[in-house]
Amino acid sequence: MTMLRKGQGLRQSMAWLHTWSGLLVCWVLFLVFCSGTASYVKDEISLWMRPELHASLNEKTSPAQAASRAYAYLQREAPHAERWFLSLPDARNPAISLFWVRPATSEDAGKPALARLVSRTLDPASGAPIPGARETRGGEFLYRLHFDLHYMPAVWGRWIIGFCTMYMLVAIISGVITHRRIFADFFTFRTRRGQRSWLDAHNAVAVLALPFHLMITYTGLVTLLFLYMPWGIQAVYHGDEKAFNAELATRAPRVKPSKESAPLAPIEPMLTQAVTHWQGMPPQRITVDQPNRANAVVSITRDAGRNINTAAPTMVFAGATGALQASLGDAQGPANVTRGTMVGLHVAHFAPPLLRALFFASGLAGALMVATGALLWAVKTRQSHARIIAQTGRTPFGLRLVEALNLGAIAGLPIAFGAYFWANRLLPIDLAQRPDAEIQAFFGAWALAALLAQWRPTRAMWRVLLAAGAVLLVGVPVLNALTTSTHLGVTLVRGPVVLAGFDLTVLALGIALGAAAWMLGKHAAAPVRAGAPRAMRSAGEVSQ
Amino acid sequence: MKHGIPASYRIAVASRAVAAILGGYGVAALATGCLSLALVRWAGMARAEAVMTATLLSFAWFALAAIWVFAADSAWRAWSGLIVSGAVLALGWATLGGA
Repeated sequence: MTMLRKGQGLRQSMAWLHTWSGLLVCWVLFLVFCSGTASYVKDEISLWMRPELHASLNEKTSPAQAASRAYAYLQREAPHAERWFLSLPDARNPAISLFWVRPATSEDAGKPALARLVSRTLDPASGAPIPGARETRGGEFLYRLHFDLHYMPAVWGRWIIGFCTMYMLVAIISGVITHRRIFADFFTFRTRRGQRSWLDAHNAVAVLALPFHLMITYTGLVTLLFLYMPWGIQAVYHGDEKAFNAELATRAPRVKPSKESAPLAPIEPMLTQAVTHWQGMPPQRITVDQPNRANAVVSITRDAGRNINTAAPTMVFAGATGALQASLGDAQGPANVTRGTMVGLHVAHFAPPLLRALFFASGLAGALMVATGALLWAVKTRQSHARIIAQTGRTPFGLRLVEALNLGAIAGLPIAFGAYFWANRLLPIDLAQRPDAEIQAFFGAWALAALLAQWRPTRAMWRVLLAAGAVLLVGVPVLNALTTSTHLGVTLVRGPVVLAGFDLTVLALGIALGAAAWMLGKHAAAPVRAGAPRAMRSAGEVSQ
Repeated sequence: MKHGIPASYRIAVASRAVAAILGGYGVAALATGCLSLALVRWAGMARAEAVMTATLLSFAWFALAAIWVFAADSAWRAWSGLIVSGAVLALGWATLGGA
């Protein structure tokens, strides 16, 4: 690798910065890109993972009906909760999703409020969970993994990911600066040339979706803006975040529970009033703070519809009387709209199916950009150490570590995704803590792959792990056919299209992994071209 | 990784990494606070809007600072650039915020 030198020029120093900042954060970024790409189809994944819900896909329930059924359910099951969250059915999600924060008991001391979150998925037709339906976190787990990671407090995960995202921004900018012929290189692809091919592949996926990569990186930081950068609030409000939020006026302030209890007023009149105020746009989300207390607050947030801005208007009502308290976010300031639009571009809730597919493809290009960059580093380093490796027969520690981490992350993560979907279909339906067991399957499979990678980071292991991922993913539609009645044989003919789309996407990804495994084998069997250095062929070879 | 890299080079690179990560964050934080106050004072923006505008821009300063740190000719120059801009911004924050 070249070194950072005095007077070497911007392009060289940026090449250095691109290499090292990229390498530092690449494995976390690969996970973030993969789980983030999956999050574009979070609702579709959740639906696929709840086959018991498929029957109610074609039922249409009005938001008011759904809301009053959910209200009734919550009054039965969680009348003393601290907060209720209701997501009403929409075009992409047929079910009612409920969360509530149960009251703290002595066992909860010292735990974050998130530990007291209870979730339920209701059939909108009956207003109750479907009897015998499997419990799963579905796409929600992948979405949370994207910015909270797992097995650690969420705020740590957010800081780790924020750091990695910041250095991805640095890697992107320095990568563009160092790139002499950004347009011409996009049309350059030299196959089967070892390091050259990895470079060309990295350039192609990076440049192809460059506007997306820049956008997704910056807007990703914007989603958690004030966690990372509270200093503007510190300067102007002396750190009083409540005052800032009150002036921003996009969501209702939280209230402390009052001593007096009072039953909640019915939700339908509030919904009618809100929908009239929004000129017929439907509600999407309802939050009830301190339900059944005298000072309960009901916030109804409008469906964002095809608006890019995610900060949709909210109507706030007194929970006990149903009287309107405030109408928030009808006229937002330009900076706030900019923020909402940036977040909207990141999460792409506005995108209709074809555009959503384009976001999905761009996310995959991002994952490939990270993967090819990481592989390029390993191939290049192996080549520059070729003589030492040939003399001593040993791979330097850092190179071996990077090669093993590349293998464990890039080939291992598809195995984790596959295991998650398999666990969803194969675990007993009535298993206790079933959602956790699915997540353990995800991390267990990944840990196994990563350990195998550390044990033997060789080309043969690349083939084994890629093939394992391929088998798991290609097997998903097959498994679905064996375990449910909404498989490709049915969904391709009669729909629902989303379920066919899930099976076909996973199948295509599995075939792509299989093709990679096959090509790796074919390439290894081919005779070495005369004059080509041995180390040029690919990573991992010499340690076999 | 490469054998025979002098310790002084390793230290210089480590120093730049610290400058980029911590120093870059520091400069971005100071720029955000300073710009928030300046927008309220001179552009007449509403307080919440000014804070939002400045905070939305913050990550751009961070990225620019990190790039400056590695584009500079030496670790010393990198640090002095950060310290000078940080001092100017801190002064601006103190002046605008104290009034």
